[in-house]
Amino acid sequence: MEITDEILIDLYKRMVRVRLFEEEAGRLAESARLPGFLHLYVGEEAVASGVCGALESQDQITSTHRGHGHLLAKGGDFNRMMAELMGKSTGYCNGKGGSMHICDLDLAMLGANGIVGAGVPISVGAAYANKLTNNGLISVAFFGDGATNIGAFHEAANMAAALSLPMLFVCENNEYAEYSPRHKTMAITDVIERAAAYGFPGAIVDGMDCVAVFEAASLAIEKIRNGEGPMMLECKTYRFYDHVGVKGTASNYRTDEEVEEMRKRDPLVVHETRLIDSGVMDAESIQAIKDGIQKEVEMSVEFAENSPFPELEDMLLDVYTNGESS
Amino acid sequence: MSSDNIFEGANEASSDEANSAERKLGYGAAVVETLAQIMREDESVFVAGEDVGAHGGVFGYFRGLQPEFGEDRVVDTPIAEQAIIGLGIGSAVQGLRPVVDLMFMDFICVAMDQIVNQAAKLKYMFGGGAKLPLTITTAGGAGLSAAAQHSQSLEAMLCHVPGLKVVMPSDAYEVKGLLTSCVREDNPTVFIINKRKLADTCHVPEELFEIPLGEGHIVREGSDVTVVAIGRMVDEAKVAAEKLSNEGIDCELINPRTVQPLDIDLMVESVSKTGHLVIVHEAVRFGGIGAEIAAQIQEQAFDYLDAPIERVAAPFSPIPFSPVLEKQYIPDAERIVAGIKNLF
Ligand SMILES: Cc1ncc(C[n+]2csc(CCOP(=O)(O)OP(=O)(O)O)c2C)c(N)n1
Ligand SMILES: [Mg+2]
Repeated sequence: MEITDEILIDLYKRMVRVRLFEEEAGRLAESARLPGFLHLYVGEEAVASGVCGALESQDQITSTHRGHGHLLAKGGDFNRMMAELMGKSTGYCNGKGGSMHICDLDLAMLGANGIVGAGVPISVGAAYANKLTNNGLISVAFFGDGATNIGAFHEAANMAAALSLPMLFVCENNEYAEYSPRHKTMAITDVIERAAAYGFPGAIVDGMDCVAVFEAASLAIEKIRNGEGPMMLECKTYRFYDHVGVKGTASNYRTDEEVEEMRKRDPLVVHETRLIDSGVMDAESIQAIKDGIQKEVEMSVEFAENSPFPELEDMLLDVYTNGESS
Repeated sequence: MSSDNIFEGANEASSDEANSAERKLGYGAAVVETLAQIMREDESVFVAGEDVGAHGGVFGYFRGLQPEFGEDRVVDTPIAEQAIIGLGIGSAVQGLRPVVDLMFMDFICVAMDQIVNQAAKLKYMFGGGAKLPLTITTAGGAGLSAAAQHSQSLEAMLCHVPGLKVVMPSDAYEVKGLLTSCVREDNPTVFIINKRKLADTCHVPEELFEIPLGEGHIVREGSDVTVVAIGRMVDEAKVAAEKLSNEGIDCELINPRTVQPLDIDLMVESVSKTGHLVIVHEAVRFGGIGAEIAAQIQEQAFDYLDAPIERVAAPFSPIPFSPVLEKQYIPDAERIVAGIKNLF
């Protein structure tokens, strides 16, 4: 397929939006201005951006505990994101969900998730609705390498295949689940082997390159939309910061050298080099994009800080549809 | 904020005090000390769970076990809650004494079949044949802005299931005594660690000791009202009791320590003296342990009650993320004071 300049620039903007938002969130967390657990997506931007760049706006996605990138790459709003991270009433979940539960139903983003693997079966349901209503949409489940060890993933994969559902499985293989290296928790070499086990095809993709992800996703999505059933991408990627928050942890589950080595493959730098080398953009226009987005991020901090907290009366609101509880 | 630095110090024994009679130990540190001592004396004990080995647990309360006992006795598992409980059940039936960890209490839901339909019932269904010396450790409780899926207090769900014992230590001393009993117990136990208590210290004996499962403890004697507080709520109730003593209300504070089995006799005895009962827990009020206690007290001590039984508990909603809402959600000393005053 042809990758137009427009697509290249679009993918870049998506990644920058994620990166600059996440860096800001990390700084705020470091200075104790954000409550709760923060799982940053820095380093993995090419995956969400490449996949979301290939989707129609109403294709559904489900996400993980590391969900900011998925929502932002799908077009999420900085203000509502930042306000949610601060627990403000103007946030995506009115301050009730926080980082692990951000969602935007208008963007067909069916939620980050605090339970590892739990989004995958939900994507099966969305895919089933797509099939039953013949709406032409597909659903995408993002999940980590570690999530493929849990039963929910396996039940979902088998069901999606058995019912031949329009669903794309996107594994973000960053080689760790929290502090456990992947080779200690599974005996296979590549996660993609698990797709074959359930009878659907998949591909391994360089998850540090947004164009590689975009191309693979576009190809898969076309087939899925044509009714060929589910497919899976295993995007080999890496998180630059810690499992939670920014700083290193007490245990040496990975070396500084390893992180440095992977940082050389920073997906933003990889793509910037391509944009410049191919003459699509020059350094100045790249900087202009970054400056513009950074400004939006800073405005979102201001917006969030100036927003009110939820009212105490709202505690019991939305436990059920239409009303309050006993 | 990261789960690593919130709990800094959670794992440190104060070594200069280590040999004195008043040796103090942290709540989290008591978990690891107890497990290490039991593992030294009993080779059939092993620990398994997500990141419990090389990392020492996300809350740090398994730190040091793997270096001492090796990877076979301190097992880093895949993310697989059902299989983690199954690992415990199967190996317990085979005569081992597993301690398996579900990182957050919320994750018991992922493993509910193995806990409720398997672990709890095997002995009974097999006509008494199987012995199941299985301990499940898990971190419960709110207060860290960890939101709806990482903060719950689900003990009432577990207590409803015949075959499980459910243990909720309120301080480091109880962590040591109750955990020792759980691991030595031949029935499946769920040991609920309160994640906001980890760094709190108190006096803890050096050597292993057992606190019997099913025996409550009178934390403070009093004559006007019986306050039954569960888990971390004991701390809040202590503050409330002090405050009320200045106002002329004398609270008797009971800590059940285990919620299944429940030491109802101790409560009946107390209520027959005070005539008033307030029950405090962090879990939602509807269907919480307080409902069971209230029912049993009216069955056994109705004639002694001078007022309706009061419950101070969480409202009927998932746990909200926003710190302002969460603070309002979790019962605290102030609300306990208000609850007690309702009776007078
Ligand atoms: C059912 C369940 N078990 C355990 C956890 C704790 N936990 C949160 S993230 C995580 C690791 C997930 O690893 P992976 O799926 O590879 O995603 P990554 O964090 O690497 O993006 C774990 C064990 C959880 N949230 N839910
Ligand atoms: Mg991972």
